[in-house]
Amino acid sequence: MLLLAVSVVVTLSFGSAGLSVGKVWAILLHQLPWNADSPPQWTRLEEAVVLQVRLSRVILAVLVGACLGLAGAGFQGVLRNPLADPYTLGVASGSSVGAAFIILMGFQAVLGMWTVPAIAFATGLATLLAVFWLGRTEGRVELETLILSGVIIQAFLGSFVSLMISMSNSVVNEILYWLMGSLAKRGWEHVLLMIPFALLGLPAIAAFAQPMNLMVLGERQAAHLGVRVERTKLAVLVISTLLTAAAVSVTGVIGFVGLVVPHLVRLIAGPDYRLIVPLSALLGGIYVLWADTLARMALSPKEIPLGVLTALVGAPFFAYLLKRRKAGLKEGSA
Amino acid sequence: MIEVEQVHKRIGSRDILQDISFTWRENRMYGIIGPNGAGKSTLLSLLSGVEPYQSGRIRLRGRPIEQYGRKELARWLAVLQQEALPKAAFTVREIVAMGRYPFQNWLGQEEEDAEELVDRALELVGLHGMESRRLNQLSGGERQRVALAKVIVQQPQLILLDEPTTYLDIGYQVQLLDTVRRLQKNEGLTVAAVLHDLNLAAQYCDELIVLQDGKIAASGTPEEVLTADLIRSVYGADPIVLRHPEHGVPQVLLRRGKDLE
Repeated sequence: MLLLAVSVVVTLSFGSAGLSVGKVWAILLHQLPWNADSPPQWTRLEEAVVLQVRLSRVILAVLVGACLGLAGAGFQGVLRNPLADPYTLGVASGSSVGAAFIILMGFQAVLGMWTVPAIAFATGLATLLAVFWLGRTEGRVELETLILSGVIIQAFLGSFVSLMISMSNSVVNEILYWLMGSLAKRGWEHVLLMIPFALLGLPAIAAFAQPMNLMVLGERQAAHLGVRVERTKLAVLVISTLLTAAAVSVTGVIGFVGLVVPHLVRLIAGPDYRLIVPLSALLGGIYVLWADTLARMALSPKEIPLGVLTALVGAPFFAYLLKRRKAGLKEGSA
Repeated sequence: MIEVEQVHKRIGSRDILQDISFTWRENRMYGIIGPNGAGKSTLLSLLSGVEPYQSGRIRLRGRPIEQYGRKELARWLAVLQQEALPKAAFTVREIVAMGRYPFQNWLGQEEEDAEELVDRALELVGLHGMESRRLNQLSGGERQRVALAKVIVQQPQLILLDEPTTYLDIGYQVQLLDTVRRLQKNEGLTVAAVLHDLNLAAQYCDELIVLQDGKIAASGTPEEVLTADLIRSVYGADPIVLRHPEHGVPQVLLRRGKDLE
C-alpha cells in the first residue's frame, strides 16, 4: 500500500513537459478545497498537463493493472494451471477482432470515442460465451477442455486479426498499435469507466479466496470439504473475464501482467489466496504504473507501446526470480 | 446411517452399478471389496454425494442425499481418497485446518476454537511437531496422514475411505487403519472403506460387501464372505483360506499357476 502511494507520487512527477516536482505538487495541493485561495504560480497549460493528462493517466494505470492482476489470480486459482493468465480463454483475441474490425473499416467515430472500447468489450464477452459453449460437457466444465477451447478460439480469432492487418496497408499501424496496448490519450472518462470494475472486482474475487485454496488440493477434495466447485469455477472465471474485457477494451492488450503478477505475489507471500488476491491487485497496479511511466519516459517524446514494455522488463525479472526460487514457484501452482 | 435402495448408475451405455441395496448402521466398520472395475469406487462416490445416479434412492440419516447442501454434508461426512494430497506449498497445519471449512461462515470465522481440534488431530496421526513443514517436503505416506488429520478435524459421523492404503508400505497401511478403527470405536462412527487387500479387510471390518460387475455378489461378516469358493468365482484366483493365528479371522494365501509348480 505504501509502495503504491510512493509510486503514484514519484511517477506523477515524471513527464515530458519539463515541470519541476515541486510545481506538480503545488498544483495538486491547490486542488484541495482548503488550499484554494493561495495564488497560483503556474500557467493554465501546466495545470492542465498535471490534472487532465498526468493524474488521470497514473490512476488509470493503477486501475488497469489492478484489474489484470486480479483477473490473473482468479484464472490461475480456478484453472490451477501456472500458465493461465487473463487471456487464456481468448478474451483478448475476441476484443482484438472487434477493435481491429472497427479500425479497419474506419468506424471509430460512429459512437463517438467509445466505439472501439464498446465493441472490444462486447466481442470479448462473446468470445467467452463461445469458449464456455465449446468447453462444457454435460453441465460440467472440465478444465482441460476449457483451456483447449480457449486455445482453439484464440488461434481462430488471431488469424482474423492477422488477416485484417494484412488487408489494409494504410491503417496497419493503428491496429498493431492498439494490439500492443497503450495508456496514451486516455482521460478521466476512462478512469471513471474502470473504477467500478476494480472496486467491485476485488471483493468479488476475494470472496472465493478460501474455496480456491481448497481447490489447490484437487476439485474432488474441495467438493468433499463442502466447496461448490462448479459454481466457484464459473463465478471466478466470469468475474475475471469481465475485469479483463474492461481493461482490454480501454487500453488494448497489455500482456504479461496477469501472468506474472500472481506468480510474483506467490513467491513473496506464499500459497494462500486470501493474500494472493488483494496483493495481486496492488502489485498489478504498481507494475503497470511503472511500466507506463517507463513507456512514456524512456524514448521521450516518443512513446513505447505499453504491452511491449511490460514483457520486456517483466520477463527477465521473472526469469531471475524463477531461477532463484524455483521450488517456491512450483509448489504454489501445482 | 445409510440406506441404499435399488441404486442404478449408468455412464454412457455401460451399467456401472445395478440394483444395489443395503443398510449400514452406526458404530460399525464396513468394507467394500471386489475385482478391478466392479464399481467399488463409483459406489463410494455416490455415497459421498459428488456423483449423481439414475434411479433408486440413497438416504443418509433418513434423508435423501441430494437434499443435502455440499457444506451441510461436509459437516458430518468426510472422505479420504486414494491419492495422497498434492505437493502444495501450504503447511501441514494450514491443510489440516482446511477441514474446518464447512463450519466457517463466509468471512472464514467459526464459533468453535479450531486450534485445539487441529492439535488433537495432529497428535492422533502422529504428526505432532511437523505442523509447520510444507506439504511438498513430505513423503507420500506422511501426506496421507495429513489427509487423515484433515478428515478427523471435520468431526465426521461417517467416514468414507477409497483405497486409502494403495500407495503406502505395509507399516503405514497398518498404522493408518489402526488409527481409523480406533477413532471409529471411540467415537461410535460409521466407516466404509474400499479395500483391495482382503486380509486387511478381514482384520479391520465388521462386515463386507463384495461387488462383481456392478452387482452385490455377497455380503456379511468376513467369516461368512471370505470363502475359497467365493474368491474363486469373483476373482478367478484359486486361494487357500486360513485362520489368522491370533485374531481368528480368515486370511487368504495365493497360489501361483499350476504349470509353474
